[in-house]
Amino acid sequence: MVAKTIKRKLDIVNGRVNLSHGAGGRAMNQLIEDIFHKAFDNDWLRAGNDQSAFDVAQGRMVMTTDGYVVSPLFFPGGDIGTLAVNGTINDIAMAGATPLYLSAGFIIEEGFPFAELERIASSMGRASREARTPIITGDTKVVERGKADGVFISTAGVGRLPPGLDLRADAARPGDVVIVSGSIGDHGVAVMSKRENIEYDTEVTSDTAALHGLVAAMVAAGAPHLRLMRDPTRGGVAATLNEIANQSRVGIYIHEEKIPLKPEVAAACEFLGLDPLHVANEGKLIAVVAPEGAQAVLGAMRSHPLGRESAVIGQIVEDEHRFVQMATAFGGGRIVDWLSGEQLPRIC
Amino acid sequence: MKYIDEYRDGALARDIARRIAGEARPGASYHFMEFCGGHTHAISRYGLEDMLPPGVRMIHGPGCPVCVLPVSRIDAAIELAMRPGITLCTYADLMRVPGSNDTSLLKAKAAGADIRMVYSTLEALRIAETEPDREVVFFAIGFETTTPPTALAVKAAIAKGLRNFSVFCNHVLTPAAIQNILESPDVRKLGSVRIDGFIGPAHVSTVIGTEPYEFFAEEFQKPVVVAGFEPLDVMQAILMLVRQVNEGRHEVENQYIRAVTRFGNNAAQREVAAFFELRKSFEWRGLGSVPYGALRLRTQYAAYDAEKRFQVVVPDTRDNAACECGAILRGVKKPLDCKLFGTLCTPDTPMGSCMVSPEGACSAYWTYGRFRRNERQHETRRQGI
Repeated sequence: MVAKTIKRKLDIVNGRVNLSHGAGGRAMNQLIEDIFHKAFDNDWLRAGNDQSAFDVAQGRMVMTTDGYVVSPLFFPGGDIGTLAVNGTINDIAMAGATPLYLSAGFIIEEGFPFAELERIASSMGRASREARTPIITGDTKVVERGKADGVFISTAGVGRLPPGLDLRADAARPGDVVIVSGSIGDHGVAVMSKRENIEYDTEVTSDTAALHGLVAAMVAAGAPHLRLMRDPTRGGVAATLNEIANQSRVGIYIHEEKIPLKPEVAAACEFLGLDPLHVANEGKLIAVVAPEGAQAVLGAMRSHPLGRESAVIGQIVEDEHRFVQMATAFGGGRIVDWLSGEQLPRIC
Repeated sequence: MKYIDEYRDGALARDIARRIAGEARPGASYHFMEFCGGHTHAISRYGLEDMLPPGVRMIHGPGCPVCVLPVSRIDAAIELAMRPGITLCTYADLMRVPGSNDTSLLKAKAAGADIRMVYSTLEALRIAETEPDREVVFFAIGFETTTPPTALAVKAAIAKGLRNFSVFCNHVLTPAAIQNILESPDVRKLGSVRIDGFIGPAHVSTVIGTEPYEFFAEEFQKPVVVAGFEPLDVMQAILMLVRQVNEGRHEVENQYIRAVTRFGNNAAQREVAAFFELRKSFEWRGLGSVPYGALRLRTQYAAYDAEKRFQVVVPDTRDNAACECGAILRGVKKPLDCKLFGTLCTPDTPMGSCMVSPEGACSAYWTYGRFRRNERQHETRRQGI
């Protein structure tokens, strides 16, 4: 008679991921069940298949994918897990779509503590439950020490478009208004405050949030007037506006005084030598709206918890050079350019 | 923001602009050089030139440490960084500065050199402490403002007994550069640059004071106003210079009284003097060899001087021939006069250092002033039809 093996639990408190957790054997299975399935808990994962099946709605679907490599992994207001869920949901939501399902792939560095992995997984579980968008399939790989930076996460998502809605990057027209859903630069400043070499004390927390609820309210209030939406993540509002200007072949004119900016964020940018327009956001959107629908959309945004500070910051103008320009609070005008290279403080 | 917004008050600036316009003599012209790239940046960012009357012109000076670093020293740093065992720590500004043959520290890093971007000398020291097997070299650069931290880093390395820390010293001096400009043929003989006064950088004077400018203000009869970097500081400094010119004065005046004194920060000066000595000559991009215009570590600290420790040979390499950085740094040309500006040379594909550094004149023009040129092109095009 074969003795029954006793399955030992993962030592979440002190244990670390080793190469066997990515080797496809029992250790990997245990890691997936004890950490990921527990955190994401749903019927699809419990079924234990290599893929998950779901019914397809009539009409049009959207699909997106994104990789997350943020450093540090934990920061005020969130962690890499919340970003991985909210960020992909937001990419779906920017089409005006309702997110349905997510996938999650993990590339974990050998030696990464189980405790941190569990913390990240439970953040993802919480974020996906709050957003009612389950993670229904996933993958885990472990690489040798030094070949990754703790953990990298890749998520993909699918969503369903409301009938008739067709937001396009080239849809902005002169006369349209540009709306931002709240204060800018919070995420970037929060993350930088915890970077090992420039730590500073700040009350600023990341704005990471899933925006599909806000988007649904905007679609309900003014779908025919919505031209396009974008979430200004890497490269900040400046990069997003330049993308819109290029793709729609227009210029954009914004007003510095109308852009919501927390004094703490402005102060941090001041001493780090950064332009808040270049700093990343993870829970904000920029919408371009036809002028006749602007008030309705703005009203709907301000009635939603994630859009209370929404503001019209400028308008689309004709410009063969496709420049983004800004009237400064000082009283002059200037170009708002893309960021070149990595955003780093200056030396003098 | 307290103590920031007050110095960026557009209404006050327009008030000063009115006074400048009122006091500048009709028909007369005033040419002022803002020495420092930080001032150039403020002038472009806030559109200050648009507020000045036509007779008052600003000439952009060479005060950007990244810009004036000759390509040969970037090449030397890259060669050093590629050596096995060496970890080169540098401020991020230098990463994208082009070396010769389409190289840069950023590209050298991708090719395998151990180059780390740091935010302070302390960070480089920490790397030396935690990685005793690496030879950690700090790429020291900057005017008088960044020199005291480098001195303190060497002092700390000695105190901690660190034997794997050294400095590749590229510290340069502001007064020597201004004097060099005033003695240059462009100013003295050719008349291609006219300078009626200088705006001096306040942060440099927090360390050295205003006194070092007194000699050449007198000798060359040029007024100097040491000014802060906020738009109102710069506008006020311009007004002070206009008044000096009108009254025939050539004094050193201090606009930045909130932090600058005549003799500066004695403690910082002592540390700098203890560790550094003047170089008889040092190559500046644009200005050429400037006598006594740069610092090196004193001989007794040779062990901490990377150039000596690793027998660094600074090669005889030159800038791209079409790049006008040199003339722009001397004030002879403006960025828009360069054929490469905005065509082959952009912040994404820089050909010269003035386009890379955020303090550089080309970068400031690109970032904040491009639309003016396009308006002009627009206008020319329309008139041509």
